[in-house]
Parts: sequence; structure tokens; C-alpha cells
Amino acid sequence: MKRNFEDDKKNMVVVEGSYAVADAVKACRPNVISAYPITPQTHIVEDLSQFIADGEIPNCEYINVESEFSAISALVGSSAAGARSYSATTSQGLELMHEVLFNISGMRLPVVMTVANRAVSAPINIWNDHQDSISQRDTGWIQLHAEDTQEASDMTAQAFKIAEDPDILLPVLACLDGFILSHVYEPVVLLDEELVAEYLPPFEPKFKLDPKNPKTFGAFADPNSYTEFRYLQQQAMNKALKVIEDAADEFYDLFGRHYGGLIDTYQTEDADIILMAMGSIVGTIKDVVDKLRAQGVKVGVLKVRSFRPFPAEAIKNAIKGAKVVVALDKNISLGLNEGALFTETKGSLYNTNVNIPIIGFMIGHGGRDIPMSTMEAIVDEAKKVIDSGITVESQFTDLKEELL
Amino acid sequence: MKPLLQAGHRGCAGCCDAIAAKFTLMAAGEDCIVVSPTGCLEVMTTPYPESSWNVPFIHSLFENNAAVASGVEAALKAKGEFGKTKIIAMGGDGATLDIGMRSISGAFERGHDFTYVCIDNEAYMNTGVQRSGATPFAASTTTSPAGKVSFGNIRPKKNMPAIMVAHGSPYVTTTSIGYPKDMIRKVKKAVDIEGPTYVHAHSPCTTGWGFDTSKTIEIAKLAVETCLWPLYEVEDGELTKAKKIKNPKPVEDYLKMQRRFKHLFTMEGGDEMIKKIQALADANIEKFGLQ
Repeated sequence: MKRNFEDDKKNMVVVEGSYAVADAVKACRPNVISAYPITPQTHIVEDLSQFIADGEIPNCEYINVESEFSAISALVGSSAAGARSYSATTSQGLELMHEVLFNISGMRLPVVMTVANRAVSAPINIWNDHQDSISQRDTGWIQLHAEDTQEASDMTAQAFKIAEDPDILLPVLACLDGFILSHVYEPVVLLDEELVAEYLPPFEPKFKLDPKNPKTFGAFADPNSYTEFRYLQQQAMNKALKVIEDAADEFYDLFGRHYGGLIDTYQTEDADIILMAMGSIVGTIKDVVDKLRAQGVKVGVLKVRSFRPFPAEAIKNAIKGAKVVVALDKNISLGLNEGALFTETKGSLYNTNVNIPIIGFMIGHGGRDIPMSTMEAIVDEAKKVIDSGITVESQFTDLKEELL
Repeated sequence: MKPLLQAGHRGCAGCCDAIAAKFTLMAAGEDCIVVSPTGCLEVMTTPYPESSWNVPFIHSLFENNAAVASGVEAALKAKGEFGKTKIIAMGGDGATLDIGMRSISGAFERGHDFTYVCIDNEAYMNTGVQRSGATPFAASTTTSPAGKVSFGNIRPKKNMPAIMVAHGSPYVTTTSIGYPKDMIRKVKKAVDIEGPTYVHAHSPCTTGWGFDTSKTIEIAKLAVETCLWPLYEVEDGELTKAKKIKNPKPVEDYLKMQRRFKHLFTMEGGDEMIKKIQALADANIEKFGLQ
């Protein structure tokens, strides 16, 4: 928790979350933006389009593609040609991109894409949960989640820095909760372009499509070499664990704002109960923690910023002193009845010396409101685990029995 | 001059893709970037760690070739590197007019400055000769096989050049690998014209069509000489040129050399189908003024 609120306050403006992200993209000086409209991502690409129309992003082409599939495909070509490349999408659009996401990571193209997280159809639903980006878990993209609009804005610059690091060269999904963050007006500090220029060096890839030095991109690899491509992607993910932390620290040094690197913690050091989650729900949990702490309940919150690479070691160290851990997931793996954060935390601890009961709650699907009372009820369930062990390992939250 | 498509690739003897790619590069020159979808061409020329390409080459996926080319063009423009370098998207008929249709439609509507070369061998050859939207009437493929109650593919070819004309492309042309000078001239013209231009190259596939590997060019010529594949140019929506065929050969001359049409000569009623194919050729003569 190194945020420098004093400096922040002087420079704050009240803008929509989408605008804060778009402004951050502008500050990062992209060369090619390619996007297709989809709610609730639209305001980001509309703001970027206006910046282009006003001549505020030099040396940048904006491609109005005919689909999300082409939005992300165009960035295969642009990134390979040496352009800093950006898109934004959500939900159905992200799912349509699925095949291309694998392709971009496999070709080691450092594209950055904002995801305004939204539920997936059917039934069609435009509100927030995390099923869209969680479903891209294995595509080889780094996946970061922001808690508030300031973090979403700042994460954009961090995402380019991480992606373009010569040791990484992996694409990044920078996620913010649809509507809850994309459409909320909050005071934020917009990114200072000169500072961003200092923070983020120009994108100068070692290899690009260049007639003076012809290279082949996207070759086919038979069983003799395919495995090694996957291995090298995993090695880059391993290296990203440190680079994500470094990007957060260097950002703090220049901008005075910090949100954690792989994870962040609040009141966890002496906590018996630790709630872990991603995205805007963390803010709600912090209020619950404050309230319950005042009542003497030793509860804290672990924010997971990086879902990929999964910060198993950082999570283990943060929770090892707790008596129970509760994972909150705005997603579900149907057929397992678990959310991803729960499954993966449980799995990553299995062969370690940390043996703490973990329970999972799937929550906020399709944008269902998450009131503090729900969170307090979850903490009550966690207390029961401390007293008498796990009775229900993973469950839906606030299920309306009358609709079943 | 250094060959821009290096010998030693893994194409079949008599491969149409290699011929089409070679002519395209002869026209475009070494200052070009080639974008290619999944298919025989990419597989046979880029087995890691080898590559036959002496120009920058990128393969992404099957259905996004024109979108990738759009991105390459946008990148060069944004970085002030656009101008002399030609951008060539080169892909098969399935990648172009079936699965890649949305992508090429979007790219042409947006007006990106690149040339798309469709290497049309009239079926999905890389996966084993399955029917595509470019498969001609009555051809037998592995997913439109001739059988006791079937003469093979029941639909005529999708008219892709007309679709590209409808997109407002400044230059749409058909060509054939049987006519090297024609193809090289047209690709060169296409890359020199500003905006999205389209070259549709008829390209006989020795394994897919079933003919001897020495006959690729002969078959390609016969398609033109029978008027089943007219060679024409459309500039700014107007038909400006069509290759005249003084004495068109009967379509049987073309059909009988290929395994994919063999059933038309052995099945009862095959002669009726051949008449229908002759009618398609006759319609081309009329439509494009080939005589």
C-alpha cells in the first residue's frame, strides 16, 4: 500500500472509467488500434476514436474492423510489423477472438487489450462477471485485473511495459469490470504523457516484417519442435511473475501510485479469515473488512491482480497464517461447480506445507449486486469452517430458490 | 536475380501453389511483405526451422488473412514506412471465399492498400480435396463425391471476382497459372494501383483434380481455351479487357483429363451433365465477349 494520495489529490479529475483507460492508451502512444464495438467496451473505443479525430494520437492508425475476429487479427499483422498495437473488447467479442488469442501468444506478439469484463451468453446479459476473460485462461495471455478506475488506467501503461519486455513478449489482457468500472465516474489522475514516455520505452522489436531483413512468422512446427514453443511460452510466464512486480514498482517510483504487483493485501497479516477476489469486488470487501475489524473480527482481503501468470507463491505466503481462506469467483467451471480462483488456489497449495481450509463462493454472475450483507454472511460461513470444518466446499451465492 | 520463393520447398511435383506464388513474387519484387493463411502454401514453404521465403512472410490463421494484411498496412502507415513496400495477401479458395469471406470483405470495404491473390484450386486440397465454394459444378470431391445417385458437387462456383467488384475495388482481375505473362502483368498492375486490388488465379491441383504432374499448365490452359475460365479485367467497376478465344475447345477436352470429372464419362446421364457444363462455358463467351 504505497499510494501517494497527497500528490494524487492535486491532479485529480472526475472522468468515466472508460475515458481514463482511453486516455491512458493515448499516453502509451499506440501505432495501431483495431476494435469492434461491444457493450460495455464501447466508450473506450469511442474516446480513442475522438482522440484520433482530433489529431491527439500521432503516428497512429485506427482500424474500424468488421468483427472482433478481425479486430484482433489485424493486430497480428500490425504487431509483427513493429507497431505498438491495442484493442479493447468484452464477453462475446472476446470469445470470438479465442482462436486468435492463442495465435498471438504463440507468435510472441506483445499486444495489449483491455477487457471490460461481462457475462457470456446464453442467456444474453451485458452486465459484469469474469466468465469472459477466465475462459481465455489457457490462451497464453497475461491476465491482469484492476480494482478501480485509477488502477485500470495505470494498468494500461504497466501492461505495455510487461508485454514488450524482451524477456516476456507475451500479450496482456488488462481487465476492468464492465459498467462497475467502465461506466463509473470517479476522481482519477490521468497519466502524464512525459512520465509515460519515461516509463515505457518505444517498442522496437528485435524481429519484425521487414523487406530489408526478411523473416518468416507463423511457421508450422511438427512434433519435433512444437513442444519447445510451448515450453518457451511457459518460461516467459514464469519470468513475468517478477516483471509484473517490477512494472508496478517502477510505476510507483515515477507516478507515486501502487496497487500491488501480482497481488495486494489489506489487513491480512494477523487475519484468521482471508477473503480473496479479483476486480472491483475487492473494494466492497475492504469496506466489509473495516466494519468487521471494528467488531473485532480478524478478517482481511487478498486481491489477485495477476490471474495469469498465477501467483501461487505470493498467494501462499499471504495466506499461510490464516485459519480459513474464502475464494470469491465471478465465474464458474460448469461441471466442477467451482470458480477458477478457488480451484487454482486449492490446487496450487496441495503439495505445499500450507494446509488451510479453503472454501469457494461463486458470486455476482451476470452483474448481480453484491451487497455488504452478502459478504458478511460469507464471513459467517467462514467462521463456521474455523469452528467445525468444511461442510460445503463451493457454492453459488444469493441463489433465488423461487426462480428454480 | 535471387529467387524470392526458394527451391526445395515441400510442394508436390507440378504444384500450382508454388507456380502461383512464384509468378506473384516475380511481379511484386523483393520489396514486399507476404501474408498467407493456413493451407498448402504455408505448410509446404515454412516447416520450422526452414523457410522458402526470401521476402518477409507471415501466416496467422485460416480465416483472417485479409485482416492480418490490414494490420500490416496500418502499421507501415502509422510508422511512416508505407509507400514502396507492396503488401500481398495470398491464399487459397477456401481461405478466401469461404472461411475468410468476412475478413476480405471488411478489408476491401475499408480500402486498405494491398493486393489479394486468390490461388483457386477449387477445393480444400490441404485437408484432402473437400468441396469449397469454388468447386465447379459436377466435380467429385471427398465431401461431394460422385456416387450411385450423385454427380458430385451440385452448385456452380461462387463468383468471387464479382463480389470483389461490388466492394468498389479499383482493380479486379482473373488470371491463370497457365499464362505466366498474363498473371505477372496483372499482379504487377494490381500492386501498383492504390487501394485494395484482387487477382483471382485459376490453379489446377495435380493431386486434387487427378492429373499427371506434368500436366498442370496444360490443364490450366484448357480451362481458358474451353472458356470455362475467362481471363478478364475490371477497372473501377467496368469490364475493360477479356482474353479472346477464337475457336473454343469443347469442355470435354478439359473434363476428360481429370479424375474429378471421370464419372461424367462413365455414369448414365453424364452426357447431360457435360452439356450443362458446356452451357456454362457458352454463357461465359456471351457474358465476357470472348469471341
